[in-house]
Amino acid sequence: MDLPHHGYRATAKPRARAAPPTGDSVLFEDTSSAAPGLNSQGYYTPGYNMGAPSNDMQGGANVNNMFTDPMANAAMMYGSSLANQGKDIVHKEIGRFMSVNKLKYFFAVDTKYVLKKLMILMFPYTHQDWEVRYHRDTPLTPRQDVNAPDLYIPCKFSPEVLGLCASTALVWVIIEVLVMLLSLYLLTVHSDLSTFDLVAYSGYKYVGMIFTVLCGLLFGSDGYYVALAWSSCALMFFIVRSLKMKILPSISSDSMGMGSSAKPQLRLYITVATAVFQPIIIYWLTSHLVR
Amino acid sequence: MAFTLYSLIQAAILCVNAVAVLHEERFLSKIGWGVDQSVGGFGDEPGIKVQMMNLIRSVRTVMRVPLIAVNSVCIVLLLLFG
Repeated sequence: MDLPHHGYRATAKPRARAAPPTGDSVLFEDTSSAAPGLNSQGYYTPGYNMGAPSNDMQGGANVNNMFTDPMANAAMMYGSSLANQGKDIVHKEIGRFMSVNKLKYFFAVDTKYVLKKLMILMFPYTHQDWEVRYHRDTPLTPRQDVNAPDLYIPCKFSPEVLGLCASTALVWVIIEVLVMLLSLYLLTVHSDLSTFDLVAYSGYKYVGMIFTVLCGLLFGSDGYYVALAWSSCALMFFIVRSLKMKILPSISSDSMGMGSSAKPQLRLYITVATAVFQPIIIYWLTSHLVR
Repeated sequence: MAFTLYSLIQAAILCVNAVAVLHEERFLSKIGWGVDQSVGGFGDEPGIKVQMMNLIRSVRTVMRVPLIAVNSVCIVLLLLFG
């Protein structure tokens, strides 16, 4: 009941409002086939407002005209108003714990982006430009910038096969994100990596993990080790190049290089340690599946 | 090594308890990690030691009361269910 309602609400919004905010068109339109040049004003605005119960009532009225029986009409409107209230309460409660706007940013992807990102994950050696592009201080959505982190790929690829395997992997993700946050805090690295960014970057290893396990199942033990080596190298390269832009100070800036307070080699250690940690975890979590 | 979510929660409770029992006068000042020794440099380079001390102090301040509740619940549950 949740899913069609959510999709219905999404399409009702641009129709119901007089002047739809530009954040809508970026997040909900399908831009897979659109040319990249037409995004002159369709950028993600951080102040995107999710609560608009009045729009849903208008949208609900459009459907009710199909019913001729007034009792069914009344029941339908009552039911939809109850559902709206429940949804608003749930949204309010969730909005207290984590910002839903930031979460939406991570899922604004399209098929072109997903394909390109998977290619970069498996074969990052030819990718030239790793800088995350910005637009007036807000990072671009993954649709417009291949280097932006997303949560769609990690969600698709996270291991839900076995219950114990999944909870073990979940525990490791939590531990890894906490350790990264702790080390970034201790070394007072003033980067714009939010918690969700770290979750996104940690989740990319699942692509390699699934690929490795598949090769191990198809081609036996040798295939497993070959795929493990390949995805480890690719993943290490990917993580180092991606995090280098965020954590290490940019060399090309002006002479005021006091953006980093800690010694640069400590930051380098963090990046390299994160990169080395990934293949270790992949091996740890999947080796017992292939033996 | 099969971890469960429950073991993560247990480890977290134990770690936070360990940080919370570090006494200010008797222990932290003796080893030079007290509150009065962290004011130090105003600048943009606090350093690792000052960050650690701030972290310990803030964890102790924030988690004191919730830890009482969480520990009581844990004790009752362990007594009942072993």
